[in-house]
Amino acid sequence: MDWRWDFTFDTVLPRILPGLWVTVEVTFLSFILTLVLGLVLMLARRSRSRIISFAAGEFIEFMRGMPLLVVIFFLFFLLPEVNIYLAPFWTGVLAMGIYNAAPAAEIMRGGLQAVPKGQWEAAHALNYSTYRTWRNVILPQAIGPVVPGLGNLLILAFKETPLLSFVAVPEMPDAARRIASETYRFTEPLTVVGILFLILSLASALLIRLVERHMLTENRYAK
Amino acid sequence: MPNEKIRFEGVTKRYGALTVLDKLDLSINEGEVVTIIGPSGSGKTTVLRCLMTLESIEDGVIRIDGEPLNMMERDGTLVPASTGHLRKMRRKLGMVFQSFNLFPHLTVLQNCAEPPVLALGVKRDEARKRAQELLEMVGMSDKHAHYPAQLSGGQQQRVAIARTLAMQPDILVFDEPTSALDPETIEEVTSVIRALAVKHSYTMLMVTHQIDFAHDISDRICFFDKGRIVEQGPPAAVIDAPSEARTQQFLSKVAQAR
Repeated sequence: MDWRWDFTFDTVLPRILPGLWVTVEVTFLSFILTLVLGLVLMLARRSRSRIISFAAGEFIEFMRGMPLLVVIFFLFFLLPEVNIYLAPFWTGVLAMGIYNAAPAAEIMRGGLQAVPKGQWEAAHALNYSTYRTWRNVILPQAIGPVVPGLGNLLILAFKETPLLSFVAVPEMPDAARRIASETYRFTEPLTVVGILFLILSLASALLIRLVERHMLTENRYAK
Repeated sequence: MPNEKIRFEGVTKRYGALTVLDKLDLSINEGEVVTIIGPSGSGKTTVLRCLMTLESIEDGVIRIDGEPLNMMERDGTLVPASTGHLRKMRRKLGMVFQSFNLFPHLTVLQNCAEPPVLALGVKRDEARKRAQELLEMVGMSDKHAHYPAQLSGGQQQRVAIARTLAMQPDILVFDEPTSALDPETIEEVTSVIRALAVKHSYTMLMVTHQIDFAHDISDRICFFDKGRIVEQGPPAAVIDAPSEARTQQFLSKVAQAR
């Protein structure tokens, strides 16, 4: 096995770095969608309407039992059938956003359930409005336990992005494969991709740790 | 003739087939201290929860200062109360819970100073000052920067009482305020409640298993069983010389346990 530094710096990095940017963009955009949809799903599941809560519950179960690749293919090939045309990039954001919304909803539901019933009753007895109850009593207590779970989901999302190469989203492994098929050199592109993924995962793990630490100093009550 | 503060009229509460309160009639005058005693599952706590609108009721009316709580008058008829009406009525009520229910993410001082700001629109400085006075009163001012998890049960309950008083209610509702406490810390809480009953003119409605304490501070004792008031009257009558067989039976059980 030989390793060529000139090839690595002159050919591989310049072509893979844009892919890195795509990976980061897809991950963060889809994660925002995941958080919003997850919140909606979680609230729907807690809805007093049996139909809404049942539908949300079934959707979550359905998504949990489905491979992400199937969801990506589904959106990529079937949305055009109903005359919705999205660029591969946005199909990827949508697919990952929807796919991860299901576990996000469950994580958020767990956080909410961890707040004792007495806290709702205290807020009620102190005459808090619905907004104040959520904003000043429930959410500050529910967010803490939810951060590690959602953080894991973010790291998982990074690692899921290579699946998008199946629908020609130009993220990192996709760029690596193109270089390899043109030059017949696999070592440098794949190693570079591996190292970049490692850096991304470590960076996001560090970010999550910082957020957790921040929450802990905010909420010293956790003892 | 003293003013009637709270009135339950034929209040019925059911959980499915189980009737927890059976056409309850109960009237409490201004400044009166009324304690409900009785066996577990007799509906004592439910009376308080219905008053606090933590539970809905199936039938009957609860009035505070003559005004219906769960209903409101519109065009001469009673209709279910709006959120605004409920909030207006609840301003008169303050509740102390068995499990304290302090906000764990706030310090002792914030627990007492934040609710008046958020729910009553009191100015922050004013709320802080008042909270400090109340913490002084319950003997907790030295712990004002602590979080609830750092306090003993008795200390938490004293903070919870200060938090309730910070909302300036005219009626205080105590739901088994000492049941979750270690025996050594019960006294520090009962002495605070006793001071409120004796020195201040609050109307108080309490549920407790501390029969001696109830005897000490109450103007009236209601003995509850199976969702009904079996017997009520001054402590000297109901506790010292109960006339109903069910009350005698309950009190002798409690005496044995002591």
